[in-house]
Amino acid sequence: MPAVPISHFLILSAVLFSLGVLGVIIRRNAIVIFMCIELMLNAVNLTFLAFSNYLNNVEGQIFVFMVMVVAAAEVAVGLAIIVAIFRLRETVHVDEIKLLKW
Amino acid sequence: MNVNLTGADFLGILPIIILSGFGVVLMVLSVFSQRFHRMTIPYLGVVGIILALISNFFLIGKDYLAFQNMVRVDWLTVAFNFIFLVTAGLSLLLTTSYSEQEHIEFIEFTPLLLFSTVGMMLMGSAQNLMMIFLGLETMSIALYVMAGFRRNHRESLEAALKYFLLGAFATGFLLYGIALIYGVVGSTSFTAIAQYLNKNALSPDLLFLVGTGLLIVGFGFKVALVPFHMWTPDVYQGSPMPVTAYMAVGAKAAGFAAIVRFFTLSAAQIAYQWVDVLWILAVLTMTVGNVLALVQKDIKRMLAYSSIAHAGYLLVGIVADNDLTVPAVMFYLVAYLLMNLGAFAIALIVSGNQERRTRIEYFKGLAETQPMLALAMAICMVSLAGFPPTIGFMGKFYLFSAALYSGYVWLAIIGVINSLISVYYYIGVVVAMYMHKPVDERRIEQVVPGVGLVVLVAVVGIFIFGIFPGSLAGLFG
Repeated sequence: MPAVPISHFLILSAVLFSLGVLGVIIRRNAIVIFMCIELMLNAVNLTFLAFSNYLNNVEGQIFVFMVMVVAAAEVAVGLAIIVAIFRLRETVHVDEIKLLKW
Repeated sequence: MNVNLTGADFLGILPIIILSGFGVVLMVLSVFSQRFHRMTIPYLGVVGIILALISNFFLIGKDYLAFQNMVRVDWLTVAFNFIFLVTAGLSLLLTTSYSEQEHIEFIEFTPLLLFSTVGMMLMGSAQNLMMIFLGLETMSIALYVMAGFRRNHRESLEAALKYFLLGAFATGFLLYGIALIYGVVGSTSFTAIAQYLNKNALSPDLLFLVGTGLLIVGFGFKVALVPFHMWTPDVYQGSPMPVTAYMAVGAKAAGFAAIVRFFTLSAAQIAYQWVDVLWILAVLTMTVGNVLALVQKDIKRMLAYSSIAHAGYLLVGIVADNDLTVPAVMFYLVAYLLMNLGAFAIALIVSGNQERRTRIEYFKGLAETQPMLALAMAICMVSLAGFPPTIGFMGKFYLFSAALYSGYVWLAIIGVINSLISVYYYIGVVVAMYMHKPVDERRIEQVVPGVGLVVLVAVVGIFIFGIFPGSLAGLFG
């Protein structure tokens, strides 16, 4: 079976990243926005792995571990913030969370 | 395989080790100690910061790479460590009275602030994009929690949510940029990137260009450049006042530390490709920040827009990209630290119980009820506006002369025009204090020692370095 060329990986991760960005911009539920951000981070992980494999260099894989650790920490803090907001406001819809405006 | 680590490696991150150690110990103490002992935790945090400041002196005069080229120890590391530690120490002093004022337990706050400072120091000494990323996240994740610390207040939680979602969004861009740079260069180390650029500066790979563009987006979010500034006013207004002060000064300085480390010192050739974009960003940031600050009624929101404008001034120095850039940016960061922490400290005093009095109208008549406080606020405002003989004037002078030195005449002119615009809203606070009757005649603001000390440090610093700028500028070359 012929090896999959690196461009396929890069295009896939670019598409995933763009879907993530699009989701953050158009979705209004805080949890869904957060999931889209995770999608962006995982698209980046795919890019790192593709390059790491292509360049035969381990640094990219180490970077993926770092990204996963940071993403896990972000989940812990982020979900806690969202839960705290829900307990106070009974909504996680970002259009309704708008006390602060100029 | 052996791991080669020497004492010099650990010496290079000694302030970071001390501060992380204090953070961990205080985190445990805050859980297991009695209520009375908990009151001492912020002071123990200050002790940790002072120890870290002392250990920072051991790094003076050193210039080497530690931990297999991950960490750079040089005069810039020392200077950034100093800025971050002083910011953290003064912000911690602001919190000493805050927990009574707000009727909330403010305990995990100290360890979080120390961890956040550790992240900033990692960014200031980074020699690899991985370090920049980890430092940025260590700083930001702690800041997300700190922004939402008044968790029974809607505004505070809203600030935390906005900061978190947009911060994580920006991290995605930053990471994608790093991934693309890694793909082209084959490493994320600054040394490798500089080597790559020495060979391919004239025709860098398109992916590399896109990658650096995404890095600008990521850093732009953190330092609040227009058009990535949308979160700034909301987050600054909603966060507890000491956090706002810390975030406004520390996070911005850390962002500029990363920008200086990467764009000015390691990848100058690629910065050249982006200089037009940075020019436009600087002009937009200054102008939008200053113009929107004109209409603000809330002191925190006004200072938020003013901080956006100051990011614009700092970017002018980055655009100039010559020998004067690093000293001018460093000087301005110190100036910004003193002016802003002073202003926020006084705003904290005036805001009173539960931070109900943050509107600028509550400053009316302060000159009658608390003349010294009004004088200090006037000094901070005059310095932020950039009048001599204050540090704000000298800072702007250095930044704009760096721009002129590189031939960016229009950039300097736009900067000066912006400073003139900013005079209107800064002086508005002074006018309110000196030329109006107090809103509430009976009220006299109480100054607690910790906050008073911050105001004193700020005012003394503003004058000393404003009148003798050479004593500070000399340290930065």
